[in-house]
Amino acid sequence: MNRRFFWDRFFEKALYGAAWVSVMTLAGIFLLLLYNGAQTFISIAPGDFFSFSRWNPAAYDQPTFGIGAMLVSTLLVTAGAMCITIPLGIGTAAFLSEMASPRLRNVLKPAVEMLAAVPSVVIGFLGIVLVAPALAAAFDLPNGLNALNGAILLGIMALPTMVSVTEDAIHAVPGHYKEASYALGANRWETLVHVTLPACKSGILAATMLALGRALGETMTVLMATGNATSLPHGIFDPVRTITATVAIEMGEVPFDTPHFFSLFACALVLFLITLAVNILAERMAARFRKKGQ
Amino acid sequence: MRRSLLFFLPFLLLQCRRQHVETIAVKGSDTELNLVLQLAEAYMEIEPGVSVSITGGGSGVGIAALINGKTDIANSSREINKYEIGMAGNRHIHPESFVFAADALAVIVHPSIQLDSLHLSDLGKIYAGDITDWAQTGAGAGRISLYGRQSNSGTFIYFREKVLHRDFSPDLKQMNGTAQILEAVRNDPGAIGYVGLGYLTDLHGTLREGIRIIRLSDGHGGPAVSPLEKSAVQKGLYPLTRPLYQYTDGFPEGKLREFMEFEKTTAAESIIEKNGYLLPRDAGLAASIR
Repeated sequence: MNRRFFWDRFFEKALYGAAWVSVMTLAGIFLLLLYNGAQTFISIAPGDFFSFSRWNPAAYDQPTFGIGAMLVSTLLVTAGAMCITIPLGIGTAAFLSEMASPRLRNVLKPAVEMLAAVPSVVIGFLGIVLVAPALAAAFDLPNGLNALNGAILLGIMALPTMVSVTEDAIHAVPGHYKEASYALGANRWETLVHVTLPACKSGILAATMLALGRALGETMTVLMATGNATSLPHGIFDPVRTITATVAIEMGEVPFDTPHFFSLFACALVLFLITLAVNILAERMAARFRKKGQ
Repeated sequence: MRRSLLFFLPFLLLQCRRQHVETIAVKGSDTELNLVLQLAEAYMEIEPGVSVSITGGGSGVGIAALINGKTDIANSSREINKYEIGMAGNRHIHPESFVFAADALAVIVHPSIQLDSLHLSDLGKIYAGDITDWAQTGAGAGRISLYGRQSNSGTFIYFREKVLHRDFSPDLKQMNGTAQILEAVRNDPGAIGYVGLGYLTDLHGTLREGIRIIRLSDGHGGPAVSPLEKSAVQKGLYPLTRPLYQYTDGFPEGKLREFMEFEKTTAAESIIEKNGYLLPRDAGLAASIR
């Protein structure tokens, strides 16, 4: 076997291995969560776990493990964040790629991307000292540590993902689409809304799903800014405690191999399955739009 | 290339020197965090060969770290429980407890609430969610918003054992630290919260503004006492006085022992008092220290 051939084979195998590392890691994480999470149900009935009974594992006498309120809280905060990040993100991306002068763009785009570099603990801090008092004043609430606060902060945190992926998608729209639209007498706004944005639907959807994943998994910010009350929220002005916050708060002190320990893994497993479902859905839809486009 | 090597040389030398520094890791209670930090700084000044690193996280986190062999000292504002002792035994860790200071837990409300004193059992009803409006306590009207710590905090457990004797209301807002409770109570016109005595004063010993401290009475018919009334607290009349513990694995030796003995010197005692904490002998705790 000559040397060139050997190295060629060697790198092929090495790259093959590298590609499998992430797959195996994902499988490993899933199995670990499944193995530990499943043991929850040795001592806690699934009906009690997936219920709206209170999440109170360190109870004074009778621990209860109901994930319902936390699930609602997580979905509430995430949905709120999406209501902010989707319109703002698409608007920013459209402006950056279609309207802004190159000079302005060179300032704005890095600025938006820098937002992703702000540590989540800093955003959470701003949520406490800035957003919370502002919300309390604006809506005449006793305090601003609620789901809306978390949604606003997560909306901002998911913005860089939303903007950069959407902008890439808009850039990928072939130039002759727009030229044809202008040739038919459409102005820039009409071209953007009726031609460019519909043409990159799949990209926008992918951006939304990525932003959704970001918001679902964020921990520190919601832990600091949402009040962490374990009761079921009745609206966006109620304090909430998300699944991520619960795992983060309780994992540090939980004794190993107890129902409480396993139930935290079950919480993480639920969160993992939700994000997995979101990603699979995103792939499916993106693929469908891609086919349509061709 | 040679230049850049020269540039790094001092750092390399520093690195070598550092290895001779002994380190003491301290972890746990957020209530004790500021106090132990200052004690450690004072100790490191007279003992430059030792580096004391201190992290918070809550009493439960500190004790868990001690059990897992990840810290030399676990700060805890509650006693280690029998479950934790059992786990430590399984891992051949022998927790020894030391009381180096004491803390009175102050109950605070927003200044707009016209409330001066509370009975311990009414405080329990408020935090359990039986009383939900200030009107029920005769202090104006308005929904009560409850602030407390997270379940990994020793203060959470202590307050529940001492005041509630049952579960907290699910509407309790579980804050990340005592400073957050203070900040929230200051801004929320319906707020009630509990904080360690040390958080009521700033570094110069002046009382913080924007909060009202509630006097407490317990079930033994005594008068309602503020945690700031030193003589009453010393007589053990304030119901929420608690020892602050440090746990080590076995009796401490070497530098670890020196540090813990430093905490009993007069220099350390003045730091403890300056921060608004109590000396164990002043807290009427003699009976509760084994």
